[in-house]
Formats: sequence, C-alpha cells, structure tokens
Amino acid sequence: MKIGVYVCHCGGNISEVVDIKKVMEFAEQQGDVALVKDHAHMCSDVARKMLVDDIKEYGLDKVVIAACSPQFHGRTFMGTVEKAGLSPYVMEMANIREQCSWPHYYQPELATKKAKDIVKMAIVKARLDEPLEKKTSPIGKRVLVIGAGIAGIQAALDLGDAGFKVYLVEKEPSIGGKMAKLSRTFPTEDCAACILSPKMADVPANPNIELLTNTEIESISGFLGNYDVVAVRKPRYVDITKCTACDKCAEACPVVVPNEFDEGLSSRKAIYLPNPIAVPHAYVLDDKSCLGLFPLACSKCYDVCDAGAINYDEKPERINFTVDTIIVATGYEIFDPRKKKVYEFAKSKNVLTALDLERLISLEAEGTVLRPIGRRIAFIQCVGSRDELVGNEYCSRICCMYATKLSQLLKRADPKRDVYVFYVDLRAFGKGFEEYYKRAQRTGVKFIRGRVAELHEDSHTHKVRLKVEDTLTREIIESEFDLVILSVGLRPSEGTTKIADTLRLIKSPGGWLQEAHPKFRPVDTLADGVFICGCAQGPKDIPDTVAQASAAAARAIRLMNKGEYEVDPITAFVDEKLCSGCGICAGVCPYEAITIELKDGKRISRVNEVVCQGCGACVASCPSGAQQQRWFMTSQLHAMLSAALGEEV
Amino acid sequence: MRIAYYPGCTLKTTAKNFETSAIAIAQQLGVEFVELPRWTCCGTVFSLTSDDLIHHVAPIRNLIRVQEMVKRKQVDDEKRILTLCSMCFNTLKRSNLRVKENIEDLKKINNLMYLEEDYCAEIEVIHLLQLLKEIGFDKIKAKVKNPLNNLKVAPYYGCMILRPLEVGIDDPEDPTIQRDLLEALGAEVIDNPYKKVCCGSYQTVNNKEKVAELAFDILTHAQREGAEAITTCCPLCSFNLDFRQKEVLKKHPDFKQIPVFYITQLIAVAFGLDNKTLGFDQNYVDPKLLLKNKGLIK
Repeated sequence: MKIGVYVCHCGGNISEVVDIKKVMEFAEQQGDVALVKDHAHMCSDVARKMLVDDIKEYGLDKVVIAACSPQFHGRTFMGTVEKAGLSPYVMEMANIREQCSWPHYYQPELATKKAKDIVKMAIVKARLDEPLEKKTSPIGKRVLVIGAGIAGIQAALDLGDAGFKVYLVEKEPSIGGKMAKLSRTFPTEDCAACILSPKMADVPANPNIELLTNTEIESISGFLGNYDVVAVRKPRYVDITKCTACDKCAEACPVVVPNEFDEGLSSRKAIYLPNPIAVPHAYVLDDKSCLGLFPLACSKCYDVCDAGAINYDEKPERINFTVDTIIVATGYEIFDPRKKKVYEFAKSKNVLTALDLERLISLEAEGTVLRPIGRRIAFIQCVGSRDELVGNEYCSRICCMYATKLSQLLKRADPKRDVYVFYVDLRAFGKGFEEYYKRAQRTGVKFIRGRVAELHEDSHTHKVRLKVEDTLTREIIESEFDLVILSVGLRPSEGTTKIADTLRLIKSPGGWLQEAHPKFRPVDTLADGVFICGCAQGPKDIPDTVAQASAAAARAIRLMNKGEYEVDPITAFVDEKLCSGCGICAGVCPYEAITIELKDGKRISRVNEVVCQGCGACVASCPSGAQQQRWFMTSQLHAMLSAALGEEV
Repeated sequence: MRIAYYPGCTLKTTAKNFETSAIAIAQQLGVEFVELPRWTCCGTVFSLTSDDLIHHVAPIRNLIRVQEMVKRKQVDDEKRILTLCSMCFNTLKRSNLRVKENIEDLKKINNLMYLEEDYCAEIEVIHLLQLLKEIGFDKIKAKVKNPLNNLKVAPYYGCMILRPLEVGIDDPEDPTIQRDLLEALGAEVIDNPYKKVCCGSYQTVNNKEKVAELAFDILTHAQREGAEAITTCCPLCSFNLDFRQKEVLKKHPDFKQIPVFYITQLIAVAFGLDNKTLGFDQNYVDPKLLLKNKGLIK
C-alpha cells in the first residue's frame, strides 16, 4: 500500500503556528507512507495538478491531505483524487486548521504535537479505507409544491414552464395567499392584486400544473425520487367546472358571517366567492356556517343555481400521487396582537392591524368604505417582533417598509391628516427602500423613534391615547389619535409547522424552516429533494420571496433534469450473520430508512441505502455490532482512537 | 398554619391599618403570621451602582432570620417568608434571586456577615396576594358574610409586584389578581386603564406636585370608568394616591376625592370584621360614608 501525505501551509494560516517540517518528518516515519509533500495552498490549481501527477507517477493508492476542515474542501479533494483514477473515498483529510492552528495559535509547540496526532489518525484511517463506488438512482420529473401563495405560484410556474409535472396543493379555496390581500406593494406602489392576478390566472392555464385547492396534505412518505403523497380534498360543494360565478347563490343565502379575506371587517355569505380575483373563479360553500347539510336545512342556493353546480353530497376525497421532489411554500401568518396586551387590540375598535388597513385601503380603492380612517393616525412598529416578552426575538423585516408605504398612502390621500410612525429602528434594507422612506418623510409622515409604552382608548370619546418617549429628543409624548395601526410581525403559519413535522424538517429559532446552509444552500433542506422558499423559511418581502421561489424551482430542476442522481455511498449496512433483528436500529433511524424483514425465517434489519443519510445513529445503537457504516467502519474508528491515544496500530 | 412574616417599616407606622386588616383576615383563613424577630430594613430602593453587593446585605440578613425561625420550629411553612408591602417584597425577592443565581455573590455576602450563620438560599419570598390566591378565591368567597354588592372598585397595582418579570406575581401588562379577588368578594370591578401607571414612588418626598399630577391622572381615569373606590397592596402607592389627594385638590379644585383602600381592608369588610381591625381612621380620604351608603358598615 502506498499512502501519499500532503501538508498544506494555508498561506500561513497553518504554517505560522504548526511546524510543517516536523509534521512532515513525523509522517514519513509512518508505515505505508510512500510520499510526503507540502504546499502553500493545497487547494490551488497547481497543487491539485501536482496531486494528480503524483498519484499516477508514484502509484499512490491512498491520499491524506493535512489542511482545513473536510466541510470546507472535502469535496474539492475528492474530485481531484477521482480525476487521477482513484475512488474519492480513499482520500482522508486531517483537519489541522480549524481543529489545530486556529484555536491553539498561542501554543505552537503543542499545536505541532496535536497536528502530528491528527495526521496519524488520518493515516491509520486511510489504511483501512476501501474504494467505494458512487451509485446512481433514476429520478422522474414530478414535483409537489405545497402552498399557493406568491412563492408557491412562482415555483409552480417556473417548473411547469420547464416541462416538469407539478402538483400545486393549496388548503384555501383560492390561490394567491396573503399577497392577494395587500393594497399596494413597496417601493413601487404597484397595485398588488393587479400584478398578482395574471400570475394566478397562468396557473390553471399551464398544462403541466395540476392545481388542487381546498386540499391539505395528510401524509408524505418515501424519499428523493419516490415521495408518496396523500392529500385530502375538502368538500367544496360547488363544481368548479360548472360554476359561472354569477353570485345568485350568495344573494339567496340567508347566512351572514365575517369575511376572513377582509380580516373580518366585512361580511360574506355561507356560500361565497373567496375573493374578487379568486382562482379557481368559483364559489365555495362553508359547511361550518351553512344552516345545515346533514340533514339539509335550507337549499336556497341549490334552488337558484342555473348551472347546477351545487352538490350537497360531496365528501372529503383522498388523493394519492407520487413525486420526485417537494417544494415547501407554506408561508406565514401575522402575529396575534392580543398577545401584546399593552396595545389593547380587540379591546378598542380604533386599534387595527396593518393587514386590516391593507384591506380598508384596497376596498376604498374599489369604492367600498367600511369605516372612516380619521385625521390623526399612529403606526406602532415592532408589534410581536424583536420582543422577547412575546417570545419573538427576530426582526420581521417587512414591517418598516409596509408602514412607510401605508403611512404615505394615507397622507397623500388626505394631506390634512397627521400620520405618525413610532419606530424602534427603521430598516430600509432593500433596493429603492431608503429613497422610498425619504419620500414618505417629504410627504409629511412623521417618523418618531420610540417604542409606545402605553395605549388606552378613552371610554367616552373613543380616541386612543398613546404615551411614548421620543428617544431622539428625550421628550415624553402623550397624544390622542383617531386610529392606531399595529405593524404586526410575522410568524410561521400553522401549515409551516405541520409540514415541518410531516417532512421532519429542522426549524430555526422562531419556528421558521431551516435551510441547509445560510449562504450557499439557502433553499435546500437537509432532507434530500425537499426545498423551501418564501416566508416559510423566514420573514421576507415579495421580491425576495419570488427570487427564492425561482431558486427552489431551479434547484429541484437541477436534481431531476438528468433523469438520475448520484447517491452517496456513505450509508449504513448490515452484517446479516450478526444481526438478531431486534429492531433498535429501526427505532433510532430519523429517516425511516431501516425496516425489519423476514429472511429465511429470521428477522433481519435492512437499510434502504437511497434513504439513508449516513448519520450513524443505527451503528451506535446496535448491540451486536451488526450495523456498520461505510467510510466510518468501527475498525477505522478504533484505529483512529488508538492512534490518538498513542498506542501502536 | 404559621408562616414567617416580614412587616417592614411602613407597616408599623403609616400603614398600620394594612397590617391589622391583613392579620385579621389571615386568621379567618387559618393562617397565623409569625413576625420575624430582630428584622431590619429590607434594603428599600433598587441600587443603581454597578458594584452594589453591599446593598444586598440587609435583605439577606432578614432571610437568615427566616432560616433561624425554621430551625427553631417557630413556623410551619419552612420555605417561605410573607410580605405585605410591595416594596419589601420586591427588594427581598430580588436579592434572594441574585444570590440563588450567583453562588459567588452568596459566598461574599456570607463572608461579609461572618458573625451570622450562612444563608443557604433556600427561602422563597412571597407576597400576601400570592398566598391568598394559593388559599383559593373560592375559599375566600365562602367566608364572605357581607358581599360588596354594588361597590364599584378599581384595583391599582403599581409596579413593585409586577416588575421586573422574574420578580412579578402577575402579567405585567394586564394584571388580574386583584380583580379576581374582588370579584370573589362580590364587588363590581372597574378596569382602570391607569392601573399600572407609576404612582411617583419616592418622588413624593421632594416633588409632591409631580406625584399629585400622577395621582390625579390615575384617580380621574378610574373615576371616568365609574369607580367609587381604589384598592392597592402597597403602602407607598397607597400614600401617593390617598394622602396626595390633598395636593391634587389644591391644583384641581373640581377634583372629587375618592377613598383608597388596602385590599385587605375590603376583604375584612366583606368578612364582617369589626371596625378596630379595619383601621379606617388611618385612611386620609374617609371611606366610611361610602361604605355606610352601600350598607356595608354601620
């Protein structure tokens, strides 16, 4: 066996602490080591070319790179070794930077000693490495997109246009999500409904997209290339192919309930069109507020429906299908301001959320005035954001800008209005946002830095009195307003939390879905073939959401486009002679990759190597040592331990 | 049940009526207050210096007294010290938390008081309202002989039993403990939007006018909501809201005076206890007329 050892200086990062020469001399004394070299930058093109040449010239069959963390350049050197004709799995990295020169910079002698130990461990492991082969697995072109807000719509359209089969599942009766509720978008002040509705219309028009509204995911099992999905379509009681949206049913319906699309500010009937730009553009019967279906108590809507679209006998329908990849776009909900008791939401009619105001402004533009907005208006920022008292430490990112937008819309609609924004910090983070904020100031909106401490509605005049310290002038302001708008933050939606459990996705603090890497894999998750985008991943505005949605679609296409994908061979496997079929491994496997099967009348553990992520939990749990993991065999780990403890190996 | 009781200075002077009424109602509920022997100042106001360890010596010394009482079996509740005054409660509890969470500080304080036995940081500091809630408002309701029907009461909380969060006994934004208790007594509870606005605290010593302004705001807001009386559980709040009505009247001649009760006084009224325990002669604004009109006392 011929092992080549390469010690990297990392441009001084390592060599200024660790004595490279001593490490090299030490490596030369180790058995099977045929060649020891050093280089200022092992990751450079020149050095990697040298490595390829050495492998061929000296006939090396194992390589140890003493440099940085394998997290950093592991893939780089595996690729280099592969280029030279070896299996990428006969390359070992000895991390003498992150685990040695960086933390021990003030103890160079001890660091050098430690570097030797680390190199020795890598050498003894490399000795036992076996060439592993990468496997490939076939993959189809079917994608499940969960949630049809702007994120899900964008991802579905990108995938559909690229020729992939998309199942777009939305739990509400219409697609469009929260964006459909907004008045205008910052900083360009486009009408939100006007720019969204063409995109919504494109969804049913796309032959590759199968739209499932009023539908919820019940379960998802399987793995990349083979996710089995069970969805449940709730009864709509209206045939969307027959409904002409003539409104006769709603006119006939005697039941009046709050309209959730208008945040309860207006009312709707029990049979209703979800919103004016709804897609599918068809009515839906809300069986919770209907006078009664079982037994039928009214039937007025049925009697007036000329199209014969109403069917009271509809039942929940279970839909099964299989997909190759999944995009989660389950979005957010707004922070419930009742939790911030000091702002007396729900106690006072003149304290509204910003989303309420979005609806008021949208409806006013359509000619419906639900309530007067008044002359003196105050916005309170950071309600439910950056507030550890309510358990939300994060910044919701969009509130500064939507308040900047709403405040100047109000001011411009009536310049005599006094509009105040009480903020903690004003974060105009995006392109054109600072300019937009300046414009609001020029319009006459008054921005005052201070967190509102007290808020009371006068029980007689119904004006709302605020007390706040202007932290720039250090004055206490006490003033009365006709209307107070709470700039509520965002929280992960119920659907986001649910789907995280279904798919076993990791959540970051705050409950948002965690990306695989914050910089380089921002829409991947650690579950293969599952991608995230939009506010399910964290609070963000519309441009960022759309960008992420397209990114998620592109990442999914990257996996599926070749028709096959590489499976990492670092998986667990079972020594059937030793396995007693006790099933402990199946219990600890977080990916459900292990099943217990009967083989010749004997219970045996079986690892699905496509699903296995190589975490090693089963190996650690196996009482008989039957479970082993490739590239991290127990024999290798024992050899490394012995090397570290200074025993002869 | 016998429980160790820390009175503090005001309970023996300007707030004697708080103490007598509290002891009397506790007796009705089967609780005997055993006054801490040789108690000293609680430490009062919060120190603003960064090296403030010496400030915690006085409160911890009082907690050592509790430890001694427990050892001598003078009390049945072996873990707790009861306070009535919100300020004493706050000071003692904060110092206690400080040494519980910081073993080094505990060692230093024990060394400073080397003539005393070491404090083991095992005592809990509680406020009377917590004890009453623990006994159960249902049980208190069962003892009511003289329900406070038609009496419109606005509870006032102040800050010392609410803040900081780790010391508070109720939701700092929307406290309800007095409301629930008063409802059990049969009173009509008025929600005063100013129920937790600062009373002015010790500014009352050198800035009477400022405190009178604050009292005016707190009291008139309660009156606008229909309140006929205020309750407090803190001698300092009570002083600022009750006695400073004199200064309020000077500045606002139209102001209508409103009685300020210790919550224990109203419990005593509801329990039908005698006038001596009520101690109304120590209230600045005489509450007797109001109670007579409501048929609650003779």
